[in-house]
Amino acid sequence: MIWAIAALMIWAIGWWINVRLANGPVSDHAAVKVLIPSIFGLTVVVIWELLVVGFDVNPVILPAPSAIVERLLSEGPRLWADFQQTIIKGAMTGYVIGGLAALGVAILADRSDFLTRGILPVGSFMAALPIVGIAPIFVKWFGSDWESKAAVVAVMVFFPILVNTVAGLRDTSVMQRDLMRTYGAGYWPTLFKLRLPAAMPFLFNGLKIATTLALIGAIVAEFFGSPTVGMGFRISTSFGQLALDMVWAEIVIAALAGSAFYGGMTLIEKRVTFWHPSQRQRR
Amino acid sequence: MKSVLPVLTVIGAILMFWLAAVVPMNMHLVADQAQRDGLSVTPVTPIERQDVSGVGLALRNAHLIPLTYNFVRPRLPAPQQVAGEMYATVFEKKITSKRSLVYHGWVTLAPTLLGFFIGTGLGILLAVGIVYSRVMDASVMPWAIVSQTIPILALAPMVIVVLGSMGIQGLFPKSLIAAYLSFFPVVVGMVKGLRSPDAMQLDLLRTYHASGAQGFWALRLPASVPYLFASLKIGISASLIGTIVAELPTGAKAGFGARMLVGDQYGQPLVSWAALFAAALTAAALVGLFSMMERVTLRRMGMRTA
Repeated sequence: MIWAIAALMIWAIGWWINVRLANGPVSDHAAVKVLIPSIFGLTVVVIWELLVVGFDVNPVILPAPSAIVERLLSEGPRLWADFQQTIIKGAMTGYVIGGLAALGVAILADRSDFLTRGILPVGSFMAALPIVGIAPIFVKWFGSDWESKAAVVAVMVFFPILVNTVAGLRDTSVMQRDLMRTYGAGYWPTLFKLRLPAAMPFLFNGLKIATTLALIGAIVAEFFGSPTVGMGFRISTSFGQLALDMVWAEIVIAALAGSAFYGGMTLIEKRVTFWHPSQRQRR
Repeated sequence: MKSVLPVLTVIGAILMFWLAAVVPMNMHLVADQAQRDGLSVTPVTPIERQDVSGVGLALRNAHLIPLTYNFVRPRLPAPQQVAGEMYATVFEKKITSKRSLVYHGWVTLAPTLLGFFIGTGLGILLAVGIVYSRVMDASVMPWAIVSQTIPILALAPMVIVVLGSMGIQGLFPKSLIAAYLSFFPVVVGMVKGLRSPDAMQLDLLRTYHASGAQGFWALRLPASVPYLFASLKIGISASLIGTIVAELPTGAKAGFGARMLVGDQYGQPLVSWAALFAAALTAAALVGLFSMMERVTLRRMGMRTA
Protein backbone atom coordinates (compact mmCIF):
# COMPACT_ATOMS: atom_id res chain seq x y z
CA MET A 1 0.00 0.00 0.00
CA ILE A 2 2.79 2.36 0.96
CA TRP A 3 4.24 1.89 -2.54
CA ALA A 4 1.00 2.86 -4.20
CA ILE A 5 0.83 6.00 -2.09
CA ALA A 6 4.45 6.78 -2.94
CA ALA A 7 3.65 6.30 -6.62
CA LEU A 8 0.66 8.63 -6.33
CA MET A 9 2.81 11.20 -4.53
CA ILE A 10 5.44 11.11 -7.25
CA TRP A 11 2.79 11.43 -9.90
CA ALA A 12 1.35 14.46 -8.10
CA ILE A 13 4.77 16.07 -7.70
CA GLY A 14 5.72 15.49 -11.33
CA TRP A 15 2.42 16.81 -12.57
CA TRP A 16 2.63 19.84 -10.27
CA ILE A 17 6.11 20.72 -11.58
CA ASN A 18 4.87 20.38 -15.13
CA VAL A 19 1.81 22.55 -14.46
CA ARG A 20 4.06 25.23 -13.01
CA LEU A 21 6.47 24.96 -15.92
CA ALA A 22 3.85 24.87 -18.67
CA ASN A 23 1.84 27.81 -17.33
CA GLY A 24 4.84 29.73 -16.06
CA PRO A 25 6.65 32.59 -17.78
CA VAL A 26 9.44 30.35 -19.18
CA SER A 27 7.11 27.91 -20.98
CA ASP A 28 8.25 28.96 -24.45
CA HIS A 29 11.89 28.40 -23.71
CA ALA A 30 13.45 25.57 -25.75
CA ALA A 31 14.96 23.84 -22.71
CA VAL A 32 11.61 23.82 -20.90
CA LYS A 33 9.97 22.28 -23.96
CA VAL A 34 12.34 19.34 -23.59
CA LEU A 35 12.19 19.33 -19.81
CA ILE A 36 8.41 18.93 -19.50
CA PRO A 37 8.06 15.71 -21.53
CA SER A 38 11.22 14.40 -19.84
CA ILE A 39 9.73 14.91 -16.41
CA PHE A 40 6.54 13.25 -17.59
CA GLY A 41 8.43 10.26 -18.97
CA LEU A 42 10.56 10.00 -15.85
CA THR A 43 7.52 9.99 -13.53
CA VAL A 44 5.94 7.22 -15.59
CA VAL A 45 9.10 5.11 -15.33
CA VAL A 46 9.48 5.76 -11.57
CA ILE A 47 5.84 4.87 -10.93
CA TRP A 48 6.26 1.72 -13.03
CA GLU A 49 9.26 0.75 -10.91
CA LEU A 50 7.48 1.50 -7.63
CA LEU A 51 4.36 -0.42 -8.56
CA VAL A 52 6.26 -3.43 -9.89
CA VAL A 53 8.44 -3.61 -6.76
CA GLY A 54 5.67 -2.69 -4.37
CA PHE A 55 3.05 -5.11 -5.60
CA ASP A 56 5.57 -7.84 -6.29
CA VAL A 57 4.50 -8.12 -9.91
CA ASN A 58 5.75 -11.34 -11.46
CA PRO A 59 8.70 -10.41 -13.72
CA VAL A 60 7.26 -12.81 -16.30
CA ILE A 61 4.42 -10.38 -16.76
CA LEU A 62 6.07 -7.00 -16.32
CA PRO A 63 9.73 -6.56 -15.37
CA ALA A 64 10.88 -3.50 -13.43
CA PRO A 65 12.65 -0.76 -15.40
CA SER A 66 15.76 -1.30 -13.27
CA ALA A 67 15.92 -4.95 -14.39
CA ILE A 68 15.64 -3.84 -18.02
CA VAL A 69 18.45 -1.31 -17.61
CA GLU A 70 20.55 -4.01 -15.98
CA ARG A 71 20.00 -6.24 -18.99
CA LEU A 72 20.85 -3.42 -21.36
CA LEU A 73 24.17 -2.96 -19.62
CA SER A 74 25.10 -6.60 -19.08
CA GLU A 75 24.01 -7.92 -22.49
CA GLY A 76 25.64 -5.11 -24.47
CA PRO A 77 27.61 -7.24 -26.98
CA ARG A 78 24.69 -9.51 -27.74
CA LEU A 79 22.30 -6.60 -28.19
CA TRP A 80 24.83 -4.96 -30.47
CA ALA A 81 25.06 -8.10 -32.61
CA ASP A 82 21.26 -8.25 -32.83
CA PHE A 83 21.18 -4.59 -33.74
CA GLN A 84 23.66 -5.09 -36.57
CA GLN A 85 21.86 -8.13 -37.94
CA THR A 86 18.37 -6.65 -37.88
CA ILE A 87 18.76 -2.91 -38.25
CA ILE A 88 21.93 -2.50 -40.29
CA LYS A 89 21.78 -5.59 -42.50
CA GLY A 90 18.04 -6.24 -42.69
CA ALA A 91 16.26 -2.93 -42.32
CA MET A 92 18.84 -0.52 -43.78
CA THR A 93 19.66 -2.63 -46.85
CA GLY A 94 15.99 -3.13 -47.61
CA TYR A 95 15.26 0.54 -46.99
CA VAL A 96 17.94 1.66 -49.44
CA ILE A 97 16.91 -0.89 -52.10
CA GLY A 98 13.21 -0.12 -51.73
CA GLY A 99 13.83 3.62 -51.68
CA LEU A 100 16.03 3.62 -54.79
CA ALA A 101 13.61 1.36 -56.65
CA ALA A 102 10.70 3.63 -55.74
CA LEU A 103 12.64 6.71 -56.82
CA GLY A 104 13.56 5.07 -60.14
CA VAL A 105 10.02 3.91 -60.88
CA ALA A 106 8.65 7.32 -59.91
CA ILE A 107 11.00 9.14 -62.29
CA LEU A 108 10.21 6.69 -65.10
CA ALA A 109 6.47 6.89 -64.51
CA ASP A 110 6.64 10.67 -64.34
CA ARG A 111 7.52 10.83 -68.02
CA SER A 112 3.96 9.83 -68.82
CA ASP A 113 0.94 11.57 -67.36
CA PHE A 114 -1.10 8.46 -68.11
CA LEU A 115 1.11 6.22 -65.95
CA THR A 116 1.20 8.78 -63.14
CA ARG A 117 -2.56 8.84 -62.94
CA GLY A 118 -2.57 5.07 -62.71
CA ILE A 119 0.26 4.71 -60.22
CA LEU A 120 -0.98 7.24 -57.66
CA PRO A 121 -4.23 5.44 -56.72
CA VAL A 122 -2.79 1.94 -57.04
CA GLY A 123 0.28 2.90 -55.01
CA SER A 124 -1.63 4.54 -52.19
CA PHE A 125 -3.94 1.53 -52.16
CA MET A 126 -0.98 -0.82 -51.86
CA ALA A 127 0.53 1.33 -49.13
CA ALA A 128 -2.52 0.68 -46.93
CA LEU A 129 -2.35 -3.10 -47.32
CA PRO A 130 -0.94 -5.51 -44.74
CA ILE A 131 2.17 -6.16 -46.84
CA VAL A 132 3.99 -7.51 -43.80
CA GLY A 133 2.01 -10.70 -44.39
CA ILE A 134 4.40 -11.60 -47.19
CA ALA A 135 7.11 -12.16 -44.56
CA PRO A 136 6.62 -15.95 -44.26
CA ILE A 137 6.60 -16.32 -48.05
CA PHE A 138 9.74 -14.26 -48.50
CA VAL A 139 11.59 -16.13 -45.77
CA LYS A 140 10.86 -19.27 -47.74
CA TRP A 141 12.04 -17.73 -51.02
CA PHE A 142 15.19 -15.95 -49.91
CA GLY A 143 16.34 -18.11 -47.02
CA SER A 144 16.38 -17.23 -43.34
CA ASP A 145 19.35 -14.86 -43.26
CA TRP A 146 19.10 -11.09 -43.61
CA GLU A 147 18.43 -11.17 -47.37
CA SER A 148 14.82 -12.21 -46.86
CA LYS A 149 14.36 -9.45 -44.26
CA ALA A 150 15.79 -6.88 -46.62
CA ALA A 151 13.40 -8.10 -49.33
CA VAL A 152 10.37 -7.76 -47.03
CA VAL A 153 11.51 -4.28 -45.98
CA ALA A 154 12.14 -3.24 -49.59
CA VAL A 155 8.58 -4.16 -50.61
CA MET A 156 7.08 -2.53 -47.52
CA VAL A 157 8.86 0.81 -47.98
CA PHE A 158 8.45 0.84 -51.76
CA PHE A 159 4.86 2.02 -52.02
CA PRO A 160 4.79 4.93 -49.55
CA ILE A 161 8.00 6.32 -51.06
CA LEU A 162 6.72 5.77 -54.60
CA VAL A 163 3.42 7.53 -54.02
CA ASN A 164 5.02 10.49 -52.31
CA THR A 165 7.73 10.88 -54.96
CA VAL A 166 5.25 10.66 -57.83
CA ALA A 167 3.06 13.25 -56.13
CA GLY A 168 6.12 15.42 -55.51
CA LEU A 169 7.40 15.30 -59.06
CA ARG A 170 4.07 16.72 -60.19
CA ASP A 171 4.30 19.56 -57.70
CA THR A 172 5.70 22.21 -60.01
CA SER A 173 3.67 25.10 -61.36
CA VAL A 174 3.15 25.76 -65.04
CA MET A 175 5.00 29.04 -64.60
CA GLN A 176 8.10 27.28 -63.25
CA ARG A 177 8.12 24.73 -66.06
CA ASP A 178 7.63 27.48 -68.63
CA LEU A 179 10.54 29.35 -67.15
CA MET A 180 12.74 26.30 -67.58
CA ARG A 181 11.57 26.02 -71.17
CA THR A 182 12.46 29.63 -71.90
CA TYR A 183 15.93 28.83 -70.59
CA GLY A 184 16.07 26.11 -73.27
CA ALA A 185 16.36 23.40 -70.60
CA GLY A 186 15.61 19.87 -71.84
CA TYR A 187 14.14 16.99 -69.88
CA TRP A 188 17.19 16.17 -67.75
CA PRO A 189 18.14 19.69 -66.63
CA THR A 190 14.48 20.28 -65.78
CA LEU A 191 14.38 17.06 -63.82
CA PHE A 192 17.52 17.75 -61.82
CA LYS A 193 17.18 21.50 -61.35
CA LEU A 194 13.44 21.88 -60.90
CA ARG A 195 11.36 18.74 -60.47
CA LEU A 196 13.54 16.66 -58.18
CA PRO A 197 14.25 19.54 -55.80
CA ALA A 198 10.54 20.38 -55.81
CA ALA A 199 9.74 16.76 -55.01
CA MET A 200 12.12 16.63 -52.03
CA PRO A 201 9.60 17.64 -49.31
CA PHE A 202 7.28 14.90 -50.55
CA LEU A 203 10.09 12.38 -50.93
CA PHE A 204 11.21 12.98 -47.37
CA ASN A 205 7.65 12.62 -46.14
CA GLY A 206 7.63 9.14 -47.70
CA LEU A 207 11.11 8.35 -46.40
CA LYS A 208 10.07 9.29 -42.86
CA ILE A 209 6.94 7.14 -42.98
CA ALA A 210 9.08 4.29 -44.28
CA THR A 211 11.58 4.36 -41.38
CA THR A 212 9.12 2.76 -38.96
CA LEU A 213 7.90 0.33 -41.60
CA ALA A 214 11.48 -0.78 -42.25
CA LEU A 215 12.07 -1.70 -38.60
CA ILE A 216 8.70 -3.42 -38.31
CA GLY A 217 9.36 -5.47 -41.45
CA ALA A 218 12.84 -6.51 -40.37
CA ILE A 219 11.77 -7.55 -36.87
CA VAL A 220 8.53 -9.29 -37.84
CA ALA A 221 10.21 -11.22 -40.67
CA GLU A 222 12.63 -12.68 -38.14
CA PHE A 223 9.75 -14.35 -36.32
CA PHE A 224 9.44 -16.72 -39.29
CA GLY A 225 12.99 -17.93 -39.43
CA SER A 226 16.35 -16.35 -38.79
CA PRO A 227 19.91 -17.26 -37.88
CA THR A 228 20.49 -17.34 -34.13
CA VAL A 229 21.01 -13.60 -34.00
CA GLY A 230 18.70 -10.67 -34.58
CA MET A 231 16.21 -8.60 -32.61
CA GLY A 232 13.12 -10.50 -33.72
CA PHE A 233 14.84 -13.80 -33.03
CA ARG A 234 15.96 -12.60 -29.58
CA ILE A 235 12.51 -11.28 -28.74
CA SER A 236 10.81 -14.55 -29.57
CA THR A 237 13.41 -16.84 -27.93
CA SER A 238 13.80 -14.71 -24.80
CA PHE A 239 10.08 -14.84 -24.63
CA GLY A 240 10.17 -18.61 -24.70
CA GLN A 241 12.65 -18.51 -21.79
CA LEU A 242 10.35 -16.08 -19.95
CA ALA A 243 13.23 -13.58 -19.85
CA LEU A 244 10.92 -10.62 -20.23
CA ASP A 245 13.59 -8.16 -19.18
CA MET A 246 15.59 -9.17 -22.25
CA VAL A 247 12.51 -8.73 -24.43
CA TRP A 248 12.04 -5.26 -23.02
CA ALA A 249 15.72 -4.48 -23.52
CA GLU A 250 15.26 -5.28 -27.21
CA ILE A 251 12.13 -3.14 -27.24
CA VAL A 252 14.13 -0.23 -25.83
CA ILE A 253 16.79 -0.74 -28.51
CA ALA A 254 14.11 -0.92 -31.21
CA ALA A 255 12.49 2.25 -29.90
CA LEU A 256 15.81 4.09 -29.76
CA ALA A 257 16.77 2.86 -33.23
CA GLY A 258 13.35 3.85 -34.61
CA SER A 259 13.51 7.34 -33.14
CA ALA A 260 17.13 7.81 -34.21
CA PHE A 261 16.36 6.65 -37.74
CA TYR A 262 13.41 9.02 -37.95
CA GLY A 263 15.36 11.83 -36.32
CA GLY A 264 18.25 11.32 -38.72
CA MET A 265 15.90 11.52 -41.69
CA THR A 266 14.39 14.72 -40.28
CA LEU A 267 17.88 16.23 -39.94
CA ILE A 268 18.77 15.36 -43.54
CA GLU A 269 15.42 16.74 -44.63
CA LYS A 270 16.20 20.01 -42.87
CA ARG A 271 19.50 20.31 -44.73
CA VAL A 272 18.05 19.38 -48.11
CA THR A 273 14.74 21.25 -48.06
CA PHE A 274 15.86 24.32 -46.14
CA TRP A 275 14.01 26.47 -48.68
CA HIS A 276 10.59 24.95 -47.96
CA PRO A 277 8.16 27.08 -45.89
CA SER A 278 7.73 24.32 -43.30
CA GLN A 279 11.48 24.32 -42.62
CA ARG A 280 12.10 28.05 -42.45
CA GLN A 281 12.75 29.24 -38.95
CA ARG A 282 10.05 31.31 -37.42
CA ARG A 283 11.47 34.49 -36.01
CA MET B 1 -13.47 8.84 -63.73
CA LYS B 2 -10.72 9.72 -66.17
CA SER B 3 -8.21 7.74 -64.11
CA VAL B 4 -10.02 4.40 -64.57
CA LEU B 5 -8.06 3.49 -67.68
CA PRO B 6 -4.62 4.36 -66.21
CA VAL B 7 -5.41 2.42 -63.05
CA LEU B 8 -6.47 -0.60 -65.06
CA THR B 9 -3.29 -0.30 -67.11
CA VAL B 10 -1.10 -0.30 -63.99
CA ILE B 11 -2.98 -3.25 -62.51
CA GLY B 12 -2.67 -5.04 -65.84
CA ALA B 13 1.07 -4.41 -65.89
CA ILE B 14 1.41 -5.82 -62.37
CA LEU B 15 -0.59 -8.90 -63.41
CA MET B 16 1.60 -9.40 -66.49
CA PHE B 17 4.71 -9.15 -64.34
CA TRP B 18 3.23 -11.71 -61.95
CA LEU B 19 2.30 -14.07 -64.80
CA ALA B 20 5.80 -13.77 -66.23
CA ALA B 21 7.40 -14.43 -62.84
CA VAL B 22 5.39 -17.61 -62.27
CA VAL B 23 7.39 -19.53 -64.89
CA PRO B 24 10.96 -19.06 -63.60
CA MET B 25 9.86 -19.21 -59.96
CA ASN B 26 8.24 -22.63 -60.30
CA MET B 27 10.33 -24.09 -63.11
CA HIS B 28 12.68 -26.16 -60.97
CA LEU B 29 9.89 -27.70 -58.92
CA VAL B 30 7.86 -28.41 -62.03
CA ALA B 31 10.85 -29.99 -63.78
CA ASP B 32 11.49 -32.30 -60.83
CA GLN B 33 7.85 -33.32 -60.75
CA ALA B 34 7.73 -33.79 -64.55
CA GLN B 35 10.70 -36.11 -64.40
CA ARG B 36 9.03 -38.20 -61.75
CA ASP B 37 5.97 -38.37 -63.99
CA GLY B 38 8.10 -39.68 -66.86
CA LEU B 39 8.25 -36.57 -69.02
CA SER B 40 11.49 -35.61 -70.73
CA VAL B 41 13.46 -32.83 -69.04
CA THR B 42 16.57 -31.39 -70.61
CA PRO B 43 19.29 -31.28 -68.03
CA VAL B 44 18.56 -34.80 -66.88
CA THR B 45 19.80 -34.85 -63.28
CA PRO B 46 18.36 -32.52 -60.63
CA ILE B 47 21.88 -31.43 -59.67
CA GLU B 48 22.58 -30.20 -63.18
CA ARG B 49 19.30 -28.36 -63.13
CA GLN B 50 20.29 -26.55 -59.96
CA ASP B 51 22.98 -24.73 -61.93
CA VAL B 52 20.53 -23.51 -64.58
CA SER B 53 18.45 -20.42 -63.85
CA GLY B 54 14.66 -20.61 -63.89
CA VAL B 55 14.49 -18.72 -67.19
CA GLY B 56 17.13 -20.94 -68.81
CA LEU B 57 15.31 -24.04 -67.71
CA ALA B 58 12.04 -22.70 -69.11
CA LEU B 59 13.66 -21.97 -72.48
CA ARG B 60 15.04 -25.48 -72.76
CA ASN B 61 11.80 -27.12 -71.62
CA ALA B 62 9.17 -25.02 -73.33
CA HIS B 63 6.71 -27.91 -73.18
CA LEU B 64 6.70 -27.69 -69.36
CA ILE B 65 5.77 -24.01 -69.18
CA PRO B 66 1.98 -24.56 -69.04
CA LEU B 67 2.51 -26.86 -66.09
CA THR B 68 4.00 -24.03 -64.01
CA TYR B 69 0.63 -22.31 -63.98
CA ASN B 70 -1.13 -25.28 -62.44
CA PHE B 71 1.42 -26.66 -60.05
CA VAL B 72 -0.02 -28.00 -56.81
CA ARG B 73 2.54 -26.59 -54.40
CA PRO B 74 4.06 -23.66 -56.26
CA ARG B 75 6.64 -21.27 -54.89
CA LEU B 76 4.68 -18.54 -56.60
CA PRO B 77 1.10 -19.49 -57.45
CA ALA B 78 -0.47 -18.15 -60.63
CA PRO B 79 -3.16 -15.47 -60.24
CA GLN B 80 -5.95 -17.77 -61.33
CA GLN B 81 -4.89 -20.35 -58.75
CA VAL B 82 -5.12 -17.75 -55.96
CA ALA B 83 -8.45 -16.53 -57.28
CA GLY B 84 -9.73 -20.10 -57.46
CA GLU B 85 -8.64 -20.84 -53.90
CA MET B 86 -10.25 -17.63 -52.69
CA TYR B 87 -13.48 -18.41 -54.51
CA ALA B 88 -13.52 -21.92 -53.09
CA THR B 89 -12.89 -20.82 -49.50
CA VAL B 90 -15.15 -17.78 -49.56
CA PHE B 91 -18.20 -18.97 -51.46
CA GLU B 92 -18.13 -22.74 -51.48
CA LYS B 93 -17.52 -23.39 -47.81
CA LYS B 94 -20.07 -22.86 -45.09
CA ILE B 95 -19.33 -19.74 -43.09
CA THR B 96 -18.99 -21.78 -39.92
CA SER B 97 -16.45 -24.11 -41.48
CA LYS B 98 -12.86 -23.85 -40.22
CA ARG B 99 -11.73 -23.68 -43.84
CA SER B 100 -13.94 -20.77 -44.76
CA LEU B 101 -12.12 -17.51 -45.31
CA VAL B 102 -15.23 -15.64 -44.23
CA TYR B 103 -14.95 -17.30 -40.82
CA HIS B 104 -11.27 -16.41 -40.53
CA GLY B 105 -11.97 -12.94 -41.80
CA TRP B 106 -14.49 -12.34 -39.05
CA VAL B 107 -12.06 -13.66 -36.43
CA THR B 108 -9.64 -10.97 -37.58
CA LEU B 109 -12.17 -8.26 -38.25
CA ALA B 110 -14.02 -8.36 -34.93
CA PRO B 111 -11.03 -7.44 -32.72
CA THR B 112 -9.88 -4.95 -35.34
CA LEU B 113 -13.16 -3.06 -35.24
CA LEU B 114 -13.53 -3.26 -31.46
CA GLY B 115 -9.98 -2.04 -30.93
CA PHE B 116 -10.37 0.63 -33.56
CA PHE B 117 -13.42 2.09 -31.87
CA ILE B 118 -11.78 2.02 -28.44
CA GLY B 119 -8.58 3.56 -29.81
CA THR B 120 -10.40 6.24 -31.76
CA GLY B 121 -12.61 7.16 -28.80
CA LEU B 122 -9.70 7.46 -26.41
CA GLY B 123 -7.66 9.27 -29.04
CA ILE B 124 -10.32 11.94 -29.51
CA LEU B 125 -10.62 12.39 -25.74
CA LEU B 126 -6.87 12.78 -25.33
CA ALA B 127 -6.74 15.20 -28.26
CA VAL B 128 -9.41 17.37 -26.61
CA GLY B 129 -7.39 17.25 -23.40
CA ILE B 130 -4.23 18.24 -25.22
CA VAL B 131 -5.88 21.14 -27.01
CA TYR B 132 -7.39 22.55 -23.82
CA SER B 133 -4.56 21.88 -21.37
CA ARG B 134 -1.11 23.35 -21.84
CA VAL B 135 0.38 20.84 -19.42
CA MET B 136 -0.94 17.86 -21.32
CA ASP B 137 0.13 19.42 -24.57
CA ALA B 138 3.65 19.96 -23.33
CA SER B 139 4.08 16.63 -21.56
CA VAL B 140 2.10 14.12 -23.64
CA MET B 141 2.27 15.43 -27.19
CA PRO B 142 6.02 14.87 -27.71
CA TRP B 143 5.59 11.28 -26.58
CA ALA B 144 2.64 10.79 -28.90
CA ILE B 145 4.81 11.91 -31.80
CA VAL B 146 7.84 9.87 -30.74
CA SER B 147 5.67 6.79 -30.28
CA GLN B 148 4.86 6.93 -34.01
CA THR B 149 8.50 6.23 -34.79
CA ILE B 150 8.68 3.12 -32.59
CA PRO B 151 8.16 -0.23 -34.31
CA ILE B 152 5.61 -1.26 -31.70
CA LEU B 153 3.75 -3.39 -34.22
CA ALA B 154 6.64 -5.84 -34.16
CA LEU B 155 5.84 -6.57 -30.52
CA ALA B 156 2.19 -7.36 -31.09
CA PRO B 157 2.69 -11.14 -30.84
CA MET B 158 4.40 -10.76 -27.45
CA VAL B 159 1.55 -8.71 -26.04
CA ILE B 160 -0.82 -11.49 -27.05
CA VAL B 161 1.25 -14.13 -25.30
CA VAL B 162 1.74 -12.06 -22.12
CA LEU B 163 -1.96 -11.41 -21.82
CA GLY B 164 -2.63 -15.04 -22.67
CA SER B 165 -0.40 -16.20 -19.82
CA MET B 166 -2.40 -13.95 -17.50
CA GLY B 167 -5.51 -15.79 -18.59
CA ILE B 168 -6.81 -13.07 -20.86
CA GLN B 169 -7.69 -14.54 -24.21
CA GLY B 170 -10.01 -14.16 -27.12
CA LEU B 171 -11.06 -10.83 -28.50
CA PHE B 172 -9.46 -8.53 -25.97
CA PRO B 173 -5.68 -8.90 -26.48
CA LYS B 174 -5.92 -8.43 -30.22
CA SER B 175 -8.23 -5.43 -29.85
CA LEU B 176 -5.75 -3.93 -27.40
CA ILE B 177 -3.13 -3.86 -30.15
CA ALA B 178 -5.61 -2.60 -32.71
CA ALA B 179 -6.63 0.13 -30.26
CA TYR B 180 -3.03 1.11 -29.59
CA LEU B 181 -2.22 1.37 -33.28
CA SER B 182 -5.25 3.50 -34.16
CA PHE B 183 -4.86 5.65 -31.03
CA PHE B 184 -1.87 7.81 -31.94
CA PRO B 185 -2.78 8.66 -35.53
CA VAL B 186 -6.14 9.85 -34.21
CA VAL B 187 -4.52 11.88 -31.41
CA VAL B 188 -2.08 13.59 -33.75
CA GLY B 189 -4.71 14.22 -36.44
CA MET B 190 -7.37 15.48 -34.02
CA VAL B 191 -4.98 17.84 -32.25
CA LYS B 192 -4.15 19.32 -35.62
CA GLY B 193 -7.85 19.44 -36.55
CA LEU B 194 -9.08 21.00 -33.29
CA ARG B 195 -6.38 23.67 -33.68
CA SER B 196 -7.19 24.32 -37.33
CA PRO B 197 -9.65 27.23 -36.76
CA ASP B 198 -7.62 30.39 -37.20
CA ALA B 199 -7.44 33.36 -34.85
CA MET B 200 -10.00 35.30 -36.85
CA GLN B 201 -12.65 32.59 -36.45
CA LEU B 202 -11.91 32.22 -32.74
CA ASP B 203 -12.14 35.98 -32.32
CA LEU B 204 -15.44 36.04 -34.14
CA LEU B 205 -16.87 33.54 -31.66
CA ARG B 206 -15.54 35.69 -28.84
CA THR B 207 -17.37 38.71 -30.23
CA TYR B 208 -20.51 36.56 -30.21
CA HIS B 209 -19.79 36.04 -26.52
CA ALA B 210 -19.75 32.28 -27.11
CA SER B 211 -18.74 30.12 -24.17
CA GLY B 212 -15.85 27.67 -24.35
CA ALA B 213 -18.20 24.74 -24.79
CA GLN B 214 -20.08 26.51 -27.57
CA GLY B 215 -16.80 27.28 -29.27
CA PHE B 216 -15.90 23.63 -29.09
CA TRP B 217 -19.15 22.25 -30.48
CA ALA B 218 -19.78 24.95 -33.06
CA LEU B 219 -16.29 25.66 -34.34
CA ARG B 220 -13.47 23.39 -33.25
CA LEU B 221 -15.22 20.05 -33.57
CA PRO B 222 -16.71 20.64 -37.03
CA ALA B 223 -13.39 22.08 -38.21
CA SER B 224 -11.60 18.92 -37.12
CA VAL B 225 -13.79 16.53 -39.11
CA PRO B 226 -11.63 16.41 -42.28
CA TYR B 227 -8.56 15.71 -40.13
CA LEU B 228 -10.48 13.08 -38.20
CA PHE B 229 -11.34 11.19 -41.37
CA ALA B 230 -7.76 11.32 -42.62
CA SER B 231 -6.67 9.80 -39.29
CA LEU B 232 -9.46 7.24 -39.31
CA LYS B 233 -8.30 5.91 -42.66
CA ILE B 234 -4.73 5.55 -41.39
CA GLY B 235 -6.00 4.12 -38.10
CA ILE B 236 -8.25 1.43 -39.54
CA SER B 237 -5.57 0.03 -41.82
CA ALA B 238 -3.02 0.18 -38.98
CA SER B 239 -5.51 -1.66 -36.73
CA LEU B 240 -6.06 -4.39 -39.28
CA ILE B 241 -2.34 -4.83 -39.89
CA GLY B 242 -1.81 -4.96 -36.12
CA THR B 243 -4.39 -7.69 -35.65
CA ILE B 244 -2.92 -9.76 -38.48
CA VAL B 245 0.63 -9.42 -37.19
CA ALA B 246 -0.64 -10.32 -33.74
CA GLU B 247 -2.05 -13.54 -35.16
CA LEU B 248 1.00 -14.43 -37.21
CA PRO B 249 3.57 -16.11 -35.00
CA THR B 250 1.58 -16.79 -31.84
CA GLY B 251 0.03 -20.07 -32.77
CA ALA B 252 -3.37 -18.47 -33.24
CA LYS B 253 -5.79 -21.02 -34.62
CA ALA B 254 -8.01 -18.72 -36.62
CA GLY B 255 -7.79 -15.45 -38.45
CA PHE B 256 -6.04 -14.21 -41.58
CA GLY B 257 -2.64 -14.21 -39.87
CA ALA B 258 -3.10 -17.79 -38.70
CA ARG B 259 -4.09 -18.87 -42.21
CA MET B 260 -1.00 -17.27 -43.71
CA LEU B 261 1.20 -19.14 -41.28
CA VAL B 262 -0.63 -22.45 -41.57
CA GLY B 263 -0.32 -22.42 -45.33
CA ASP B 264 3.36 -21.67 -44.98
CA GLN B 265 4.09 -24.39 -42.46
CA TYR B 266 2.05 -27.19 -43.99
CA GLY B 267 3.23 -26.62 -47.55
CA GLN B 268 -0.05 -25.20 -48.83
CA PRO B 269 1.07 -21.95 -50.42
CA LEU B 270 -2.35 -21.38 -51.94
CA VAL B 271 -3.86 -21.07 -48.46
CA SER B 272 -1.30 -18.40 -47.53
CA TRP B 273 -1.79 -16.47 -50.71
CA ALA B 274 -5.56 -16.59 -50.51
CA ALA B 275 -5.42 -15.31 -46.93
CA LEU B 276 -2.98 -12.57 -47.96
CA PHE B 277 -5.26 -11.36 -50.73
CA ALA B 278 -8.36 -11.67 -48.60
CA ALA B 279 -6.67 -9.52 -45.96
CA ALA B 280 -5.74 -7.00 -48.65
CA LEU B 281 -9.33 -6.90 -49.90
CA THR B 282 -10.60 -6.43 -46.36
CA ALA B 283 -8.21 -3.55 -45.78
CA ALA B 284 -9.26 -2.01 -49.07
CA ALA B 285 -12.94 -2.39 -48.20
CA LEU B 286 -12.46 -0.76 -44.78
CA VAL B 287 -10.48 2.17 -46.16
CA GLY B 288 -13.00 2.49 -49.00
CA LEU B 289 -15.87 2.54 -46.51
CA PHE B 290 -14.28 5.38 -44.57
CA SER B 291 -13.52 7.31 -47.76
CA MET B 292 -17.17 7.04 -48.68
CA MET B 293 -18.30 8.18 -45.23
CA GLU B 294 -15.81 11.01 -45.48
CA ARG B 295 -17.16 12.16 -48.82
CA VAL B 296 -20.80 12.01 -47.70
CA THR B 297 -20.16 13.69 -44.33
CA LEU B 298 -18.02 16.46 -45.73
CA ARG B 299 -20.51 17.17 -48.49
CA ARG B 300 -23.37 17.40 -46.01
CA MET B 301 -21.27 19.70 -43.85
CA GLY B 302 -20.59 21.85 -46.89
CA MET B 303 -16.86 21.17 -46.98
CA ARG B 304 -14.75 20.19 -49.91
CA THR B 305 -13.34 16.67 -49.94
CA ALA B 306 -9.68 16.98 -49.19
